[in-house]
Amino acid sequence: MPYINSIMFLPELILTIGTLFILTVSTFLKNISFKFSFNASILLLVFSLYSVTFDIDTNLFNYDNFFDNGAFIDFIKILILFGTLVFFLFSEEYFYDLNLDKFEIPILILFSVLGMMIMISCNNLISMYLGIELQSLSLYILASINKKSIKSTEAGLKYFILGALSSGILLYGCSLIYGFTGALNFQEIELKLSVLPQLDLGLIFGLVFIIVSLAFKVSAVPFHMWTPDVYEGSPTPITAFFAIVTKIVAVGLLIRFLILPFGQFVDDWSQIIIFLSISSMILGALAAMTQNNIKRLLAYSSIGHIGYMLIGLATGAETGIRGIIIYLCIYLFMNAAVFTILLSIKINGKYIENIKSFAGLSKKYPIISFIISIMMFSMAGIPPFAGFFSKFYIFISALESKLVFLAIIGVLSSVVAAFYYIRIVKIIYFDDGLDNFEVILNFRRKLIIFISTIFIAFFIIAPSYIIDTAQELSKTIF
Amino acid sequence: MFNFIYNIPILSIVIFLPLIGAFTIFLLPNKNNSNLVKITALFFSFLTFIFSILIWINFDNNISEYQFVEKIKWFGNFNFYYHIGIDGISLFLVLLSTFLTPICVLASWNNIKVKIKEYMIAFLILETLIIGMFLCIDLLLFYIFFESVLIPMFLIIGIWGGSNRVYASFKFFLYTLLGSVLMLLAVIYIYQQSGTMDIRELQNHNFTDNSEYWLWLAFFASFAVKIPMWPFHTWLPDAHVEAPTAGSVILAGILLKMGGYGFIRFSLGIFPVASNFFSTYVIILSIIAIIYTSFVALAQKDIKKLIAYSSVAHMGIVTIGIFIFNQQGIEGAMIQMISHGIVSAALFLSVGVLYDRMHTREISFYGGIVKNMPKYAVFFMIFTLSSIGLPGTSGFIGEFLTILGAYKFNILVSIFAATGIILGAMYMLYLYKRIFFGKITNSKLEIITDLNFRETIILAPIIILIFWIGLYPNSFLDPMHAPLENIITNYENKIIS
Repeated sequence: MPYINSIMFLPELILTIGTLFILTVSTFLKNISFKFSFNASILLLVFSLYSVTFDIDTNLFNYDNFFDNGAFIDFIKILILFGTLVFFLFSEEYFYDLNLDKFEIPILILFSVLGMMIMISCNNLISMYLGIELQSLSLYILASINKKSIKSTEAGLKYFILGALSSGILLYGCSLIYGFTGALNFQEIELKLSVLPQLDLGLIFGLVFIIVSLAFKVSAVPFHMWTPDVYEGSPTPITAFFAIVTKIVAVGLLIRFLILPFGQFVDDWSQIIIFLSISSMILGALAAMTQNNIKRLLAYSSIGHIGYMLIGLATGAETGIRGIIIYLCIYLFMNAAVFTILLSIKINGKYIENIKSFAGLSKKYPIISFIISIMMFSMAGIPPFAGFFSKFYIFISALESKLVFLAIIGVLSSVVAAFYYIRIVKIIYFDDGLDNFEVILNFRRKLIIFISTIFIAFFIIAPSYIIDTAQELSKTIF
Repeated sequence: MFNFIYNIPILSIVIFLPLIGAFTIFLLPNKNNSNLVKITALFFSFLTFIFSILIWINFDNNISEYQFVEKIKWFGNFNFYYHIGIDGISLFLVLLSTFLTPICVLASWNNIKVKIKEYMIAFLILETLIIGMFLCIDLLLFYIFFESVLIPMFLIIGIWGGSNRVYASFKFFLYTLLGSVLMLLAVIYIYQQSGTMDIRELQNHNFTDNSEYWLWLAFFASFAVKIPMWPFHTWLPDAHVEAPTAGSVILAGILLKMGGYGFIRFSLGIFPVASNFFSTYVIILSIIAIIYTSFVALAQKDIKKLIAYSSVAHMGIVTIGIFIFNQQGIEGAMIQMISHGIVSAALFLSVGVLYDRMHTREISFYGGIVKNMPKYAVFFMIFTLSSIGLPGTSGFIGEFLTILGAYKFNILVSIFAATGIILGAMYMLYLYKRIFFGKITNSKLEIITDLNFRETIILAPIIILIFWIGLYPNSFLDPMHAPLENIITNYENKIIS
């Protein structure tokens, strides 16, 4: 008998009802609709962030086992909500500047966040598909929200076409798995698989299709083609949303899907993940070198980061998942700071995207330049910043699982990647440029930058809390 | 004397005092206060020096173990500690760092004009990282400090360097990073094999033979780039030439010693079997380095480049001293490192003196300046002679002990090492002749002035040290005797068994 424990889905419920409420009210407000929906969304996110932390230790399945709940899922939800909150805190001025102050934007973001919450807590192939679709459809619109820009429209269209393709592949994979196991529920699939000595050909196909589709979502090479274009074309805050939040949830889902129903066939899928990981790390490092557009560069950088996280997944072990969790936390803070700064710097009243126009920033704004450098060194994985530890724990897991060659490729490509990160430092500090910069930091942006910098720069002093938490969480999903 | 230092975390103070200084400078108001910034930097670096002298005074020479040990739990469930201590090997390298940093601050007093605040912050942070690196007992902590050094050094070369600074700083950064990332994997592997990061425990750990060789190579990659050995030395001339004077001083004086320190502490201390296996190759590379870079130095047109190549040659003698595995050799290598640390620092400072006046480092530009700069000529002569290894100067002790050790090991090696010294005399004296003697051919040199008060203050303590080490080396040899003997004994036990 299905027992409905509504508190378990409190964050989702709050989010759904709240979003619908904001939508309804905003349609009746004329001039202040954007301002209202924007600030109401912040409030709503804070509420649902708070409700995630309600301690629910029962591991009940609900709605015919459609959804699951647990410490790991809650943690990813916190990261999602936190990342979205960051998005709301730094982006308002940008939308005003570009005359994009439409109340639909916060609402679409909230719907995609809802989709992400469903994605991460799904326990069933159908709820997985629905969650992915809800978030993707909102994101397609968001990518092309700047109607006047050709690039934005192109980004949205490209994202939509490739996204639709990947959804098709996902659906085909789901149907194959359903066809060969007769089950949709993750636990049931696992049960059916546990009696098999090895995977049937049909199941392998289904598994590969689903991995491919999820690899598209995390933008792992060779399914990354859309990433640079969409990152470049979308309005910068939306790019930040792609870079921070969607990556986190996609990685979370990939972990859950592979570890939960297919956990015993690690050897089968880890080969695929290893390939994705190697190609992402190498391409992420090499392709970014020639980029002059900061958003494209960050796109390749995020591809590279995904490559490192996939090392952790390829181990299929607790240590690897622990590494990914640590990596995700640090990744969120690094990107939050970088994108906030990117949104704050203007030249002659225009936002800049070309890296070379940052030349000479250090003269007028030493502190902001210093923070960018910290973030770049951290992304490059140079100690003592947090980025080093994210890679460090990934490499620990790789060596523990005897994936030495993967670790060696990882460290070598991190050296190559260091080149383009320090190139940004070089442009800011070594090159001379004009000093018509204008850095606009309101309180909200200062808050994000301050928190992120403290986290990244001083992670080394007290890393225990995050690492212990990650260890606890990684245990819960096995 | 000064017993109170047993009651305070003296090593942490020495490590973090420069960092506090950097933070203080960061908080200073952002207006025309370059003098205040400089004085603050000088104050904190000098205070650090005094504290490190206190450590030396209270140092017990008879103990081979670490002293003043501090240990704090660091990483949740992992066996990583904030674990620091000092022994005879690290004592003088720490003293060298704390000694050279105030000198660097003084040397940059007038010739750094832009971003003076950032410059001093970078130098003080660099000092913290270097001292921290020498004092670590925890291997992971060592790696973090070792690699972090790249960041301030990269910025120092890149922001305040010469015309080709971007190329030099990138080469420096990527080259040394490439060298050290493999060491990271080795560190992780060691942790998984042994479950500890304590250097002392690792000395007693037996690795299975094959893994020991791979680990040795990973560590070697990083130290060989740092020290640097031929053929991994190509970043050094570029970095030296482009770095500002004080940057070159730190680079030659301390950063190169990180490699030598790593060889003694880790290659020899933790992987004695592999060290023995690879020693022949290391010695061959060192001999090539000594002979080849000496000839290259002879052909240089730029004073700084010449001294940079001479550094590679001197470091070749250090690596020979380390990898012949006897007491004289390693003690010679240690003294040679300390001596090279102060002598090459002094030479770079002297080049800086010329550069500040004439803004060129071309050897052919100068000639006959002994007439106008007699005091400077005397100073430079002493540094040159010490670099060559004249008896009575610090260079002699290091080279003599090393060659003595090499003679015990293999007569051929000692012959090659001695050849290096003759070649060293050639290029250094030739340099001296070209700069100081002859007639003044360049009319711009007519007005060149002798050392001023600040420059004399900078160079005088180095002269004292050169003669101190040269005439009474025991005050430096005694503290390092016990820990080095410990390493040698450990090595011999492992090789026999």
